[in-house]
Amino acid sequence: MMLMTEERILPDELSRELRDPAAGAYASFEGWIRNHNDGMSVVRLEYEAYAPLCRSEGERILEEARSRWKILHAHCVHRSGSLEIGDCAVWVGVSSAHRDEAFHACRYIIDQVKQRLPIWKKEHYANGDSGWVNCERCASHGPHYDHAQGLPPPDAKAGTPLHKRRTAD
Amino acid sequence: MKKQVTVRYFALFREHAGISGETLESDADSAAALFAQLKHRHGSTEPASHCKVAINDQLVDWDAPVRDGDVVLFFPPVAGG
Repeated sequence: MMLMTEERILPDELSRELRDPAAGAYASFEGWIRNHNDGMSVVRLEYEAYAPLCRSEGERILEEARSRWKILHAHCVHRSGSLEIGDCAVWVGVSSAHRDEAFHACRYIIDQVKQRLPIWKKEHYANGDSGWVNCERCASHGPHYDHAQGLPPPDAKAGTPLHKRRTAD
Repeated sequence: MKKQVTVRYFALFREHAGISGETLESDADSAAALFAQLKHRHGSTEPASHCKVAINDQLVDWDAPVRDGDVVLFFPPVAGG
């Protein structure tokens, strides 16, 4: 299940839906709003999403995970709207018979969600400025970069706000 | 051949355009050509390959054809999570 919501994400409640008598493992990922990015002090974030495509593309990613690894259940929930420091922006949960599959599938899902879903975030800084954040990796690697493989090279400008890149370049 | 298409802009593109969308006439035969024609609207400094495009709610490649009546969505580089 891929869900887009403007409500607070409650991982404990969500994880109950993954319970299964055949499950011996549950792996989850929570993305939280942090108070800094690229040397800037962040006070809040605004998420904009195009929900119809987020849902269809998200379901496709979950199906890919189910076909790649032997897992029982996989869910993802992503927030939109205005979020405060410490809020949960995205949650992924996977249950499976054994831990290896749950870990791998969970990692795959969050990586693909960040790369493929039409979601944008605008950071609001302590100095009153604001800026749209670029994709962590795709801008540095082009459309064919395989996010499921390894780490970006050391020159990747991860998460640099677009407005800063424009002025810096 | 001129065709009527509806274009929607998101995030940075929407702010630059000052509108969330518009219906217009264009002779662009591909999503990439339409994106290039509308640079004054979305103001993208990124190559199209860093952005995404959807036609009628389906993500498509930039060389996808644009047909009369299509709804074309232009997405700046995404940043979920």
